Amino acid sequence: MTASPAKVLLDVKGASRSFGGLKALSEVSLHINKGELIGLIGPNGAGKTTLFNLLTGVYPPSSGTIILNDQSVGGMKPYKINRMGAARTFQNIRLFTAMTVLDNVKIAYHQHAKHSMFTSMLRLPNHFKGEDVITRQAMEMLKIFNLADQAHEFAGNMSYGNQRRLEIARALAAGPKLLLLDEPAAGMNPNETRDLMNLIAWIRKEFDLTILLIEHDMSLVMGVCDRIYVLDRGMLIADGTPVEIRNNPKVIEAYLGQEA
Amino acid sequence: MKMLNPLNKRFWGGIVLALVVYAVIQILLTTGIFDDVTRSTLFLICINIMLAVSLNLINGVTGQFSIGHAGFMSVGAYVSAILTLNFDVPFVLALIIAGIVAALCGILIGIPTLRLNGDYLAIATLGFGEIIRIVMLNTEYVGGASGLSGIPNKATWTIMFLFTLITIVIITNFIRSTHGRACIAIRENEIAAEAMGINTTLYKVIAFSLGALFAGMAGGLSAHTFYVINPGSFNFLKSFEILVMVVLGGLGSTAGAVVGAVVLTVLFTVLQDFPELRMILYSGILILMMIFRPKGLLGSTGISLKKFAKKEATKNDSISSESAS
Repeated sequence: MTASPAKVLLDVKGASRSFGGLKALSEVSLHINKGELIGLIGPNGAGKTTLFNLLTGVYPPSSGTIILNDQSVGGMKPYKINRMGAARTFQNIRLFTAMTVLDNVKIAYHQHAKHSMFTSMLRLPNHFKGEDVITRQAMEMLKIFNLADQAHEFAGNMSYGNQRRLEIARALAAGPKLLLLDEPAAGMNPNETRDLMNLIAWIRKEFDLTILLIEHDMSLVMGVCDRIYVLDRGMLIADGTPVEIRNNPKVIEAYLGQEA
Repeated sequence: MKMLNPLNKRFWGGIVLALVVYAVIQILLTTGIFDDVTRSTLFLICINIMLAVSLNLINGVTGQFSIGHAGFMSVGAYVSAILTLNFDVPFVLALIIAGIVAALCGILIGIPTLRLNGDYLAIATLGFGEIIRIVMLNTEYVGGASGLSGIPNKATWTIMFLFTLITIVIITNFIRSTHGRACIAIRENEIAAEAMGINTTLYKVIAFSLGALFAGMAGGLSAHTFYVINPGSFNFLKSFEILVMVVLGGLGSTAGAVVGAVVLTVLFTVLQDFPELRMILYSGILILMMIFRPKGLLGSTGISLKKFAKKEATKNDSISSESAS
């Protein structure tokens, strides 16, 4: 548990979140070291997505601290947290459906744009330079995800699997250190899931990423994750290596219910 | 060199086309082929184009449903009229100041109200428009209910054309840049936009104040075209009129806003000869429009050669990918 601070990328201490009388998360503490691939599992309604929302600033924690890259980010606005190096995908895909695939990725590069609004309005040379850089970077990202040939298609018209991939591409374009994937394989068939996992393993190396993954597919989580955290009813009930989690009685109970 | 960028080429091509339009109308006006009625219709078209294009930036592109545009217009009208009437400020400078004051109002109103969305924002902006009107109505300095009259008729075709062109060019340039894309992303999915590093509040306020800037200038031009302004001419019906132009043309499309403004202004002027039937015909046309082209005359995308080219490319792409799979 006590890793040296330099290695810890994300450190959550006692994070809680209530909605009215409902305690969605209580006293959750976890840490992720640089370069790790961590799984986050738990039954429906356990608070996995709520934890993601706290980590990315969709809403602030009711109490507790969240430290990303040695800076406290609890209660910060989502766009600031994104700029500090945490990008996410959504459980229910949130693409800009009426924009092209290319423009979807370009949006994530916006934060790195060097040209100001006024150079764009007056079409000064810097505007063209800046836009060229964004377009080139976005096309390269699409190539990595094999989406380049659909660059000018509307994002909403793509197949489900490709929409999921585009969401990951878009998140990566923001240039994160920590990538949060909320059920990236949901609704995919076994072949697509395997491809996706290979892709995740590959981008992890290529972009030097740390990944936190919510997933329901147990075989998948057990297969790729370094460590796993298990949430149940808003509380962290276990953490450890896949083998430890598989044999943990609390986890089995949470998923299968108590023996009568 | 960068000047040969196809985008730039198209931009300059558009400028040349605009100059031709300008010259032809200028000739028609000076030779007297266009009479005074046509002239004032023409000016009204320009004013409405400015209003519709600027409102489209807020409503159509950024997706923030505002119906207080007449409020910004009246701020611009009053500020510019007072500047030219009481302080002898040169007309163009007065217009620019009017725009800036309206934009400041936009920022002031935008910061508290833009955290609302949908219906709530619409009501808040409606309220703002009415507040401006009531303030004007009760301020002796600006003439109260009778408003200001005897405003110098300084609006010439050249100025009219120039301001309309600037409005269209600057707003189009803004939309077709990473900053405009940020606004579209907010319309498409605000949560995702913010999660991707877009400062949504900032961009909403920018769109709001940029729209207000040009609405203010349009108000100034309108005051100096029609000599008289009074609070009644900037009521919420005026806001709706602008909104109808935008929706008719196609929400989100600048070209659509231009077409909507032209069509509705001409329609309204022509129908003035049939006073009994005017409102019936007007409403009837709108209803028919919305039944047969619910996305507006031009839909949500503008007319642009590049878009057509893209569409063709996408078609080919999808065909080839279909045959591949």
